[in-house]
Amino acid sequence: MENVNNLRNQLTKTITRPIEKIVKFFITASAFAAILISISIIFTLLTEAINFFQDPAVTFKGYFTATRWTPTFQNPEYGVIVLISSTLYIAVIACLISFPLGLFSAIYLSEFATKRTRKVIKPVLEVLAGVPTVVFGYFALNWITPNIIQRFIPGTGVFNALSAGIAVGIMIIPTVASISDDALNAVPNSLRNGSLALGATRRITSLKIMFPAALSGIIASFILGFSRAIGETMIVTIAGGQYPELNLDPRSAMYTITSSIVNVSLGDTPHGTTAYNALFALGITLFIMTFILNIGSDYVARKYRKEYE
Amino acid sequence: MLLESTEKNMSNETLITGKKAENAIKESLFLFTLYICVTIAILTLMTLIYDVLSTGTTRLTSDYEVGLITKIQIDNPVDFLTTLDSRYPDRAGIGPAFAGTVWLMIIVVSVTFPFGTGAAIYLQEFAPKNRLTRFIELNLTNLAGVPSVIYGLLGLAVFVRLAGFGRSVLSGGLTLTLLILPVVIVASREALKAVPDTIRQGALALGATKFQAVFRQVVPSAIPGMVTGMVLGLSRAIGETAPLIFMGALTYVNYFPDTPLSGFTAIPIQVYNWIGYPQAEWKETASAGIILLLGLLLIMNSLAIFIRNRYEKDL
Repeated sequence: MENVNNLRNQLTKTITRPIEKIVKFFITASAFAAILISISIIFTLLTEAINFFQDPAVTFKGYFTATRWTPTFQNPEYGVIVLISSTLYIAVIACLISFPLGLFSAIYLSEFATKRTRKVIKPVLEVLAGVPTVVFGYFALNWITPNIIQRFIPGTGVFNALSAGIAVGIMIIPTVASISDDALNAVPNSLRNGSLALGATRRITSLKIMFPAALSGIIASFILGFSRAIGETMIVTIAGGQYPELNLDPRSAMYTITSSIVNVSLGDTPHGTTAYNALFALGITLFIMTFILNIGSDYVARKYRKEYE
Repeated sequence: MLLESTEKNMSNETLITGKKAENAIKESLFLFTLYICVTIAILTLMTLIYDVLSTGTTRLTSDYEVGLITKIQIDNPVDFLTTLDSRYPDRAGIGPAFAGTVWLMIIVVSVTFPFGTGAAIYLQEFAPKNRLTRFIELNLTNLAGVPSVIYGLLGLAVFVRLAGFGRSVLSGGLTLTLLILPVVIVASREALKAVPDTIRQGALALGATKFQAVFRQVVPSAIPGMVTGMVLGLSRAIGETAPLIFMGALTYVNYFPDTPLSGFTAIPIQVYNWIGYPQAEWKETASAGIILLLGLLLIMNSLAIFIRNRYEKDL
């Protein structure tokens, strides 16, 4: 018995060489880096945001009730409601564009397109998804605004919420389309065939059978698209302008959370000033909004996967 | 005979009862709507590319004159790539920004590839199926959805301040690494998942340890997929603008970065800078920058597709 144990020990010794231990330690540590990154995001945002609220010029109440966002003015006001409402406003415009276009593209791809057309359209959507946001910003400012917005709504300014919203909407079409397409494809073929066999047309099959069957996946794609629109930075910074007061006119400039983060950081904001800390207060506000939406999207998506497994 | 008459009856019915005709109209209207939606998406992309090309190429072709007074200074792609930025739109080149992007790519690849593939190998091949592993996976899903501007704030607090790298190309590269790490890990896991189990079992049956089976058999077969994921992640990184603004990349940097700790600017940042000027000539310079950026992305995506098609059949 002792011999066997000795032999086993000898064997394991030759097998686990130190290099293996090092490599194994390294890859395990890399995986745990994911947790470390999450923790450091929350930690850095929180600590600086807490510093922000400890400033006497800032009150928690003022942050949520003031109607101007002017952190670099002589008498600074920190009304985040201005930024949140602009952010949601532009995101809603983006959704009005991307939800129907993305969903209908998905229905076309999964229910109507031949394999050949699918092979052409899918890459086009992938290319659209890969275009850098700064390019969409350029497109919004130099093409959408003069050629569409100012042509149909004369008198609109160079920077306006409508043009930024449309560009953000175009940017998230691929997100909505590809996730909805996956959801439609995950519906068992028997449902589609059954409906067609009962004499339903392809339109009825798409709208009354496939759409409800894939609904949770489609909703997940909508939530994720909305979250993307809220977090989008460069398009709204370039084309949306900076209007620091509460307003709901789509023709006017607006000031989203992301574009004010960029603009505050462009100004002279040394470490430790209130404006610097304000960046992180905005950061955590944005993080919480997108986090809730992403969790929601994931939850809904998980539910539909279970349905057909 | 019988068949013929039924067919006749059916076609008559279609004509008589308006219901079917109405349905047919609805059917084609629906299909038409779908066509329109797909076309809008494609047309937008075409318009974008056409607009950028038509504005930018005038800047990069040599027989171009501004009015009758000045001949343009930079009129070919090579000069544009190597010249410094300028106060005058016709003399502004993208040299420092191009060099900055190359620096960023080197840093991003050399940090992301070991950590990204390492994490993927652990999660796919070694990780026990327990709560901790699920928690890591949940973290990865959520990190992929965090807006890029927040990674910029993280990089500002951690790399620029805490680690003391300052507003340097190293801070920028590490920030972009954090940004694409979740994407690269997910792609590498997919590549490992695609390796058939028979390869693992074959290696184990021949007496290899788990470690040997994974690192000598599974990982080499998954390398093409991992490289593809890396290239796609990298192409996302070089198009990113927002996180780099916090690294001081927007301050006027008109020199080539020579160490990882020197200040820098990058192509998308330079383009953003040029977009900000109101004069029309700057629009052309910005377009020329966008052409370069889109060209780079096109090359990288083609490379990814090439690697995927070339090596994936061998499995």
